[in-house]
Amino acid sequence: MVSKFTLKAAFISLMLLLVFLGAWQLATQPRESTAVIGGDAEYAALMGKGEQKTGFPTPAMVGKSFVTYLSDPFYDKGPNDKGIGIQIAYSLGRVALGFLLATLIALPVGFVIGMSPLLYRAFDPFIQVLKPISPLAWMPLALYSLKDSDISGIFVIFICSIWPMLLNTAFGVASVRRDWINVARTLEVNPLRKAFLVILPAAAPTILTGMRISMGIAWLVIVAAEMLVGGTGIGYFVWNEWNNLALPNVIFAVVMIGVVGMFLDLFFGWLQKLVTYRE
Amino acid sequence: MSTHFLSVESLKKVYPSANGTPNPPVFEDIHFHIDKGEFVCIIGHSGCGKTTILNVLAGLEEASAGNAFMDSREVKGPSLDRGVVFQSHALMPWMSVLGNVAFAVKSKWPDWPKDKIAAHASQYLEMVGLGHAIHKKPAELSGGMKQRVGIARAFAIQPKMLLLDEPFGALDALTRGTIQDELLKIVQATHQTVFMITHDVDEAILLADKIMLMSNGPHAKIAEIVEVTMPRSRTRAEIHHDPQYYRIRNHLVDFLVNRSKTYAGADAETFHDPKNPPLVRPGLDDELAAVVALPTQQSVPALRQVVNH
Repeated sequence: MVSKFTLKAAFISLMLLLVFLGAWQLATQPRESTAVIGGDAEYAALMGKGEQKTGFPTPAMVGKSFVTYLSDPFYDKGPNDKGIGIQIAYSLGRVALGFLLATLIALPVGFVIGMSPLLYRAFDPFIQVLKPISPLAWMPLALYSLKDSDISGIFVIFICSIWPMLLNTAFGVASVRRDWINVARTLEVNPLRKAFLVILPAAAPTILTGMRISMGIAWLVIVAAEMLVGGTGIGYFVWNEWNNLALPNVIFAVVMIGVVGMFLDLFFGWLQKLVTYRE
Repeated sequence: MSTHFLSVESLKKVYPSANGTPNPPVFEDIHFHIDKGEFVCIIGHSGCGKTTILNVLAGLEEASAGNAFMDSREVKGPSLDRGVVFQSHALMPWMSVLGNVAFAVKSKWPDWPKDKIAAHASQYLEMVGLGHAIHKKPAELSGGMKQRVGIARAFAIQPKMLLLDEPFGALDALTRGTIQDELLKIVQATHQTVFMITHDVDEAILLADKIMLMSNGPHAKIAEIVEVTMPRSRTRAEIHHDPQYYRIRNHLVDFLVNRSKTYAGADAETFHDPKNPPLVRPGLDDELAAVVALPTQQSVPALRQVVNH
């Protein structure tokens, strides 16, 4: 059942969208030049007067590129002309791979660091220095040592998504309630069972929060990374359309990036809800 | 070595201080023993190290000096032989009630098939009156019900000894009474050996065979051991009709209010042998009960004098 509150909010959202589109339309409307009156229209055009283009696309033009691209999202007409679905799939694939690699390392390492205050302290300076480095700064090193632009992109995703996951896992594991650990100890639970049945579920909400942050960052970074390495992906698509000066397509791509990012976040939010427990 | 089921010898705990100067020991020279089937309560003010003693017995903490032996073996680290009920129930919120107890049962008997574990766990939940709630999550239970699950979990592994750390401290008086009755029934039926911390004098008298009184920390010691001489078949409804009840109760309250500060501590006034703390039976001993009442008797003549003048 949809509540009255939700309906009201949806109505206001719709109004905001319409106001925004209206303002956009007004701002980009082709204007009649006053100098045309009584003169030769062709002459006026030659003189740079008459109907002026603002250059920025109107909502209708952007709408047209929405229709064009969404009606056939998976076409493939060579390296510079692929459907938006294929481009997003490339980006998602890179993000998934880099993110998966980061998870495979961040979770076990974070677990170990979280269990041992000594290791926590020992690892801390490295993490603190490595964490604030912009992932794109790794790009030259990645390109040089990996010698492959595709793998370099995945590496950049890997390096940017590892830190929030690592830190959150370590924090979550380190702050598991003493009582639960003590229960496991008095029951002589073996270490593996303790790790998977006590510490992991106890720390899961914190770990998932880390993964959600990581995924958000990864999706931000992939666009920039693909602009650099080129070839395929939504980032490359944006850059390509910019080179074509096809601004409606750029706007379309920007909206698509937002929508996909939203769904990724929703997915991780749903996972988070699954593992959250009420005390 | 002694023949007692559990014996504690010269236990001492010093917590390291922040600035490096040695802290005084929280407690030292703690000697006591518990026989099989005995229910022993320990009472003392906050900070005298009751919980530390319990944690040492549970194997969760290490003493700075001294030893504890159970069943002729030294207590080193936690063991399934000692079940612990924590003050904060310590249930895992992501597991169901049954899951929590089954987790403990599976830890004790890893080879049991699933349905045997479930049956065993539900039998103990039934025992604490939670047969109807086994599939609920702990968050859906009241405080008293959670603590019952904690008790069921501790009993379900059939430990040789049960350690209870103020299990009813966080409960309201009515709930506490009901669970006390249940615990009493279960303990009487199973002859479980129990060591329990409490702040509640009435609870101690109701449940215990012996009550150990601790003087205040630091340098806390076991000041006295009070034997509860009333018959074991007590009920909460009738216990206060026994004339012994108030004598014991007065003795305990008097200790906590007046004597625990100076008794056997660093600045003890009287000689005290920590190895053999005096065993008193205020319930039977009329003489001792009279001593306890002494301060009031002294003030009466003083009042008379004022009237006479």
